[in-house]
Amino acid sequence: MEYGLDLEYSFNEFLKGFGLSSEIAHILWLPLPMLLVLVAAVVGVLVTVWLERKISAAAQQRIGPEYAGALGVLQPIADGLKLLVKEDIIPAKADGILFTAGPILVLVPVILSWLIVPFGQNLLISNVGIGIFLWIALSSIQPIGLLMSGYASNNKYSLLGGLRAAAQSISYEIPLALSVLAIVLMTNSLSTVDIVNQQSGTGILSWNIWRQPVGFIVFWICALAECERLPFDLPEAEEELVAGYQTEYAGMKFALFYLGSYINLILSALLVSILYLGGWGFPIPVELIAKFLNLPINAPFIQVFTASIGIVMTVLKAYLLVFIAILLRWTTPRVRIDQLLDLGWKFLLPISLANLLITAGLKLAFPQFFGG
Amino acid sequence: MSIAITTQFICFTVLSLVVIIGALGVVLLESIVYSAFLLGGVFMSVAGLYLLLNASFVAAAQVLVYVGAVNVLIIFAIMLVNKKEDLKPINNIKSRRVISTSICLTLLSLLIRVDLTNVWSLSSPQNSIGEESTIRIGEHLFSDYLLPFEVASVLLLMAMIGAIVLARRDVMSKDISTGLPVDQELIEKSSEPLLTNKN
Repeated sequence: MEYGLDLEYSFNEFLKGFGLSSEIAHILWLPLPMLLVLVAAVVGVLVTVWLERKISAAAQQRIGPEYAGALGVLQPIADGLKLLVKEDIIPAKADGILFTAGPILVLVPVILSWLIVPFGQNLLISNVGIGIFLWIALSSIQPIGLLMSGYASNNKYSLLGGLRAAAQSISYEIPLALSVLAIVLMTNSLSTVDIVNQQSGTGILSWNIWRQPVGFIVFWICALAECERLPFDLPEAEEELVAGYQTEYAGMKFALFYLGSYINLILSALLVSILYLGGWGFPIPVELIAKFLNLPINAPFIQVFTASIGIVMTVLKAYLLVFIAILLRWTTPRVRIDQLLDLGWKFLLPISLANLLITAGLKLAFPQFFGG
Repeated sequence: MSIAITTQFICFTVLSLVVIIGALGVVLLESIVYSAFLLGGVFMSVAGLYLLLNASFVAAAQVLVYVGAVNVLIIFAIMLVNKKEDLKPINNIKSRRVISTSICLTLLSLLIRVDLTNVWSLSSPQNSIGEESTIRIGEHLFSDYLLPFEVASVLLLMAMIGAIVLARRDVMSKDISTGLPVDQELIEKSSEPLLTNKN
């Protein structure tokens, strides 16, 4: 499957035309995709915040933000600016160093995980071999940041919120990893690009959601729990814990938590679409359309068309999932802490283990359907 | 020196400095919370060293197991029993320090000897497998390293059952450390005030 635009190659060739060595060209290339993805993540957050406000308003029969721009689309930017100019307060009895390091430790792993999100065959920062495993490893760093900020705030609500967040992340990471493992078993690879390519055979019919329905549901529940979204937003349950580990935070440090949680939500939605909904694949394979229109698959027009369709499909699927997450947040009640841990350990863990076992058995029995 | 080698050298220097200074901080700092967080930093830097050696799977596993599980559990435990108490002065602290220093120095000299006598250079650097290593590790775990793998899993199972027995409230009716009857109600409820005043 060596087709698709290779922007890096063309960029390097372009620079070499000016007489630069390939190393310098590579170094000049490196920041570009990183910046692009960072900007995409932040713009994604702005869109999600606006969606959240509008959808919650619709769910509660309100109008929602209206005056900042058409339909209030500039409201998230106004929010961001407000947080940017607010005073940065460190409580007198808080632990300054840990208090500052906590939000950074929460945000950095989430942004690093965007390394592996593919928007097309070559449209990702780096096709690392360990792919999806890198995301699982990075997302396990987050609880340290939460515990750190919970402890450093020197506030009992913060501490309890941090402890709850850590307990929740630890217990939901295991079913999450097990359901990813079932996908990896079918793909024979950890790379996200391989995972999408394995689903691209016959369009919508070959998506993993049909072969892994249980894994899909387990993954989605766990992803919501990892993002601390309602019904699993216990760490910041406002009726019990004020705002959990964020209680003492203000200004830009609070904004880092805010950004982190929304980037994490978009990232989880993107990963669900990559793992289970065919990633950048169009419901009808692009090869079929090209054949129907009698166009060669390597024609430049088709290449650009495939790449743009890929980006649109990935973002569309992700935002569909974000929409479901927002709708869930504004329509479901919060679970209790014991219900949360029961669901994680006594229901999702055995189910995902059984799912893994059955997938392995099916892979042995029907290698053409489950072997990837 | 090419740019790649310079970058590698800078990364190696920074990571080793973080490992050494962080490890010293873990041992020497008074505050146990700082020690625990620094331990996480040390684990991360070791993962970075693995990454420099092209062992990306081992690096990710290091982050997942040591930072994501072991270190989080250590911090978790520290915060659940966050009691500020004055430690009792230990008898003949000086002789203890001398003994532990000599043991540590002996271990260090052993490591230095290994470092000096071993031949570190690979026969051919092109043989490094890189991305293939995930598959290779899996093959080894299920063939020639099967027995250690299984023994380790049995050990972990035993530890887990032990932890469950200790944690079950209907097995233990008394708190082990304080001897008070165990509160059978909410898990989150603490018998001690969680944060003591700093002043």
